[in-house]
Amino acid sequence: MAEPKPSIVEIRNIFKSYHRESLAVPVLHDITFDIAEGEFLALMGPSGSGKTTLLNLLAGIDHADSGTIRVGGVDITALSETELAHWRANNVGFIFQFYNLIPVLKAVENVELPLHLTALSRRERREHAETALRMVSLEHRMDHYPKEMSGGEQQRVAIARAIVTDPTILVADEPTGDLDRVSAEEILAMMERLNAEMGKTIVMVTHDPRAAQRAKVLRLLDKGYMNDAPAQNPL
Amino acid sequence: MLQLKILFRNAFHNKLRSGLTILGITVAVLAFGLLRTVIGAWYSGVEAASASRLVTRNAISIIFPLPIAYNEKIRQIEGVKLVSYGNWFGGIYIDEKNFFPNFCVEPRTYMTIYPEFVLSPPEQKAFFADRKGFVAGRKLAARFGWKIGDQVTLKGTIFPGNWDFVMRGIYRGRDKTIDETQFFFHWDYLNETMKRFSPGRADQVGFYMIAVKRPDLAPDVALSVDKAFKNSLAETLTETEKAFNQGFIAMSGAIVTAIQMVSFVVILIIMAVVANTMAMTTRERIGDYAIMKTLGFGGGSIAAMIFGESLVIALTGCLAGMILTFPAAKAFGHTLSTYFPIFLVSAQTLWLDLIAAFLIAFFAAIIPARHAIRVGIAEGLRRIG
Ligand SMILES: Nc1ncnc2c1ncn2[C@@H]1O[C@H](COP(=O)(O)OP(=O)(O)OP(=O)(O)O)[C@@H](O)[C@H]1O
Ligand SMILES: [Mg+2]
Repeated sequence: MAEPKPSIVEIRNIFKSYHRESLAVPVLHDITFDIAEGEFLALMGPSGSGKTTLLNLLAGIDHADSGTIRVGGVDITALSETELAHWRANNVGFIFQFYNLIPVLKAVENVELPLHLTALSRRERREHAETALRMVSLEHRMDHYPKEMSGGEQQRVAIARAIVTDPTILVADEPTGDLDRVSAEEILAMMERLNAEMGKTIVMVTHDPRAAQRAKVLRLLDKGYMNDAPAQNPL
Repeated sequence: MLQLKILFRNAFHNKLRSGLTILGITVAVLAFGLLRTVIGAWYSGVEAASASRLVTRNAISIIFPLPIAYNEKIRQIEGVKLVSYGNWFGGIYIDEKNFFPNFCVEPRTYMTIYPEFVLSPPEQKAFFADRKGFVAGRKLAARFGWKIGDQVTLKGTIFPGNWDFVMRGIYRGRDKTIDETQFFFHWDYLNETMKRFSPGRADQVGFYMIAVKRPDLAPDVALSVDKAFKNSLAETLTETEKAFNQGFIAMSGAIVTAIQMVSFVVILIIMAVVANTMAMTTRERIGDYAIMKTLGFGGGSIAAMIFGESLVIALTGCLAGMILTFPAAKAFGHTLSTYFPIFLVSAQTLWLDLIAAFLIAFFAAIIPARHAIRVGIAEGLRRIG
């Protein structure tokens, strides 16, 4: 058995419900688990099981009803809205199903966007953004607007934007959900490399078993309950 | 700054919608500017009036005359510097639609009391010397192509007959606010003709103009004049020229108020239109703003971008409207020169345009900005796709 790696994310007794009018709809029930540093975790489960909700909580863009979440030693459930925004800017890289690039910004400007919240100079920002675009092999598309690129290319720009700040964890919500197979494979290979070569911790929500196969660890969510033991990925 | 870049590009992203909104603002600002200019033109007579000039007229009504004999008595009143007099002639040049104001006056005193009508010394001399001479404003002369020495005939209305005059001078306004469409001739010419053909109407004047020694003496002089003719056959009413001119406008005051209200209603309407545009654009961009918040941008910078975008649209439309106001006012002033001899876009109107643009931008962005701040990130992200 290998030495267990230290946990970078510690999720303890998380409850979350949405409120529709006066009715509370429970979505997550007593979720407790850890994510080790350098892990590539796939979170699977039927539609409506609470995957996106859970991902949002550990990425600090939504609040739990109770329980604690520690990321890199910081209890993010105790942070104020402003502190949380600051924390996200420094610690989390986001990849979404619909790429979510800003349509009026060129590829390189989209990648630079999160760097505007750092102390970097104009030149340093541009250099970092260009490096990130090179890592996703899109340096030749730097000055293109999102609508001039394919879905796969847009998602690669989104990956560049997610890694440009060198975050503690990467979260991805169905990153291949809107892509054809070839582009999806490309994106997954890229994420695999980020994990393997750069040691990035990745949490990926997916419906796609092929996508899940790339991950090292699988966790299943069903109607807001999580299986206790992480399944070692059969692949 | 990247946010500036984003808000500028956002403002012109949907070209049709931004274009139509900007066009709407342009038209609204243009309409606002023209309406304000009409009001300004209405009051220009009052603005130009001097506070150190008094007008004396018959106390019963302006249409009743005063005896010429009052001239001597008024001159002797304490504080009076100079007295002139005249009549509204109301003559018609060829056709009624060629309307312009025409008066007979005592030329020497009148031109002294009205230094804002500038006449070159030789023309002045020629005008004073010729009993049948007249002077016209520069615009009026240009309108009918009159030149010095031309004979001009007016058809009398109040004073029947055809009246021949010879042009002896063209006066200029001291500045742009001075009416250059008036026509003056000798009171003596009118009076001598009256003596001959209808003696009952001779030796009468429609009004006296009084220059006082110091503006602060004006109220006392006005009281003294009216007291001097108390219980006489023709009692007088003396007021400052400003009050006198205002009296004319008061009649149409309701219309001015209505125009004033319409000009502000125009701004309110366009405010609603821009608010609608901003609501539509921000609703479309809730996802973009959610992404920016996800990346760590605060609600304040999102709101600033929305206000900025609203301001870019409002100012673009406003500047276009302001620029168009000038040629429009010129064309307007040209067709309406009969009614509004002075039709100028004032600096105040331009300031009001700018203030309106800022108010439009601000109020149009309040609700969208509040909404964009309030929507939770998770909620905003779910709207994408
Ligand atoms: N804002 C909300 N208000 C009310 N209910 C919500 C809200 N957001 C999500 N839900 C509900 O919470 C449950 C979990 O939603 P969530 O989006 O986390 O599921 P998911 O596992 O990501 O589903 P999918 O695979 O379809 O993306 C669903 O039943 C959903 O309808
Ligand atoms: Mg989901």
